[in-house]
Amino acid sequence: MTVMTYRQALHDTLRAELQRDESVILLGEEIGVFEGSYKITAGLLTEFGPARVRDTPIAEEGFVGAAIGAAMLGMRPVVEIMTINFSLLAIDQLVNHAAKMHAMFGGQVSVPLVIRTPGGGGQQLAATHSQNLEVWYAHVPGMKVVAPATPADAKALLTAAIRDDDPVLFLENLALYNTKGEVPDTEQLGRIGSAAVVRPGRDLTVVSYSRGVVIALEVANQLERDGVSIEVVDLRSLRPLDRETVCASVRKSSRAVVLEDDWLSFGVGAEIAATVQEGAFDYLDAPVRRVAAAEIPLPYAKPLERAALPSAADLIRVIGELLDATRFTHAEGGS
Amino acid sequence: MSEHVVAVQPEPDMIQLLTPEGQRVDHPDYPLGLSDEDIAGLYRDLVLVRRIDTEAIALQRQGELGLWASLLGQEAAQIGAGRALRPHDMAFPTYREHGVAWCRGVDPLTLLGLFRGTNLGGWSPSEHNFNLYTIVIGAQTLHATGYAMGVVRDGAVGTGDPDRDTAVLAFFGDGASSQGDVNEAFVWAAAGNLPIVFLCQNNQWAISEPVERQSRVPLYQRSAGFGFPGMRVDGNDVLASYAVTRRALDDARNAQGPTLIEAFTYRMNPHTTNDDPRRYRLGSELETWKLRDPIERVRAYLSREAGYGSDYFAAIEDESKKLAEHVRAGCRALPDPTPQSLFDSVYVTMPAELRAQRDEFVEFVGSLEEASA
Repeated sequence: MTVMTYRQALHDTLRAELQRDESVILLGEEIGVFEGSYKITAGLLTEFGPARVRDTPIAEEGFVGAAIGAAMLGMRPVVEIMTINFSLLAIDQLVNHAAKMHAMFGGQVSVPLVIRTPGGGGQQLAATHSQNLEVWYAHVPGMKVVAPATPADAKALLTAAIRDDDPVLFLENLALYNTKGEVPDTEQLGRIGSAAVVRPGRDLTVVSYSRGVVIALEVANQLERDGVSIEVVDLRSLRPLDRETVCASVRKSSRAVVLEDDWLSFGVGAEIAATVQEGAFDYLDAPVRRVAAAEIPLPYAKPLERAALPSAADLIRVIGELLDATRFTHAEGGS
Repeated sequence: MSEHVVAVQPEPDMIQLLTPEGQRVDHPDYPLGLSDEDIAGLYRDLVLVRRIDTEAIALQRQGELGLWASLLGQEAAQIGAGRALRPHDMAFPTYREHGVAWCRGVDPLTLLGLFRGTNLGGWSPSEHNFNLYTIVIGAQTLHATGYAMGVVRDGAVGTGDPDRDTAVLAFFGDGASSQGDVNEAFVWAAAGNLPIVFLCQNNQWAISEPVERQSRVPLYQRSAGFGFPGMRVDGNDVLASYAVTRRALDDARNAQGPTLIEAFTYRMNPHTTNDDPRRYRLGSELETWKLRDPIERVRAYLSREAGYGSDYFAAIEDESKKLAEHVRAGCRALPDPTPQSLFDSVYVTMPAELRAQRDEFVEFVGSLEEASA
């Protein structure tokens, strides 16, 4: 095990896959000379050369389309889209081509493409540069969407995404790049579509993914001191979605809150709430609650931006309301 | 790095009316038609917008602005183009056209408020005929194209009435020239023979990527394939920028269709205050471009050829200092928006569901304030 940042885990994994498989290539804006806007590709141009680490023109639809073509012919392109916001410029190639080609061409071609892209706000980048659009892609059959929260999962899931034969949107988060965690030194091949109980608990389940997991763990640790035992489920993958791990947790705790960085309506929380009512309805003591971003274009002004994003305080408030509504007592869990 | 790239250099046919040394030169197709007094006015514009820029960077460094996108080095292209506009023409900027904003009468404090986060595009686009800043690169070229379609629909093209005929000026940069939006705007403008001028400030760098990464041909030559004229102007020459833009705007108003102007210039500062260009370009390049400074050549012309003395330059410097004081004090006095304003302006009429979210939020904020009191 080595303690490293999420950024380092991504970098090391890209490097390892470039070394392992000649068909892996990297494409994106400013990933070569500039080493990426968030420095994930630092040093890779120097090590692997411009044929495998390619700076592209400022044309997202163009380089995603070109990557799809390369993938159809056996390459394994890993495309960096500077932020998920810019993926909107490539959405026709992603949704109508990458995600559908295998089906529409009768299974004759596959598109082993990875789109690495960070989402998230909190950096004062204003409304067009701070969005959480992962559900747009998670909605589309043919796409896979993974969203690791820890450096270890970043390594395991990026490895899995690169080796997967279907297109994978690999969601990163600006606020996670500098977070640290233990990462196994050996090769790790994650399983796309498996959630994890990252903190066992008894009284209430918090379901989250990506940056939200970090907040959920903080809150769980804080509430432990107040005698509340929170279980945290990290979805890790939005499509495929590991519904059973979520329902199993709720069957145990009988209370569920979803913490999501996207907007409330039609978001990840809506899908989880539906999943829980289908798979654990009889176990629920109260309706599933959601904590999400305010439904506004994210403000640029610092105090307003902070207020609009879901925070630990928001989560604590909603957990408190849910516990009160279900007449939670500390004796309940036998502690 | 071994990959071969084709360098894009200034061409012999780059249009210039004032050399970097301050020598006036004539061009057969672009008569200037400005008095020395007019040129002195342009000098004043150049100095004052550079001062606004300098102050804004300092304010950002002091934590008073979240971000600033500097125009340093691009003053001439912007002032030349901005002054070539008639009041009823419409301009669509990117996020760096502070010089054009100045020409369109937008208070610098309004601009600073935008970068401070205290207003959201505080000026009225219809009042100034200057659209709000667009952050996503190239997108505004299509909006400008749509506006130009409206101009045609209104019959405000080719009537011969100078107070009626209207042109649209769309700004973008070398990086955006690769975007689909810009290329589709070219297609539409050409197909509709629209009264629009596309002004590409080629400042050589799309954050870290040089123009060679975007194009094998000089950018102005791109228009030929779309079926309208293109030309390269010395974007550090305010006189040429003015004359070329004026001619293209005239053509647009006279129903001659679109023009692409490539203003060949240089971004002397980082892309924004978040950027560090030492990572990707050589300092010597900046030194070369300093010799082509857009302001020095006008000053040289005015003092050597037009008889402007130190009194004039001192008066401009004095005005610049006063403007700087106004900008500094005014910026610090701009109030933060209230938390209650968070949900404003999402819809014209706030839906009930959003109103409920707002009420819940306001109550929550109130409870936090109570708890901390």
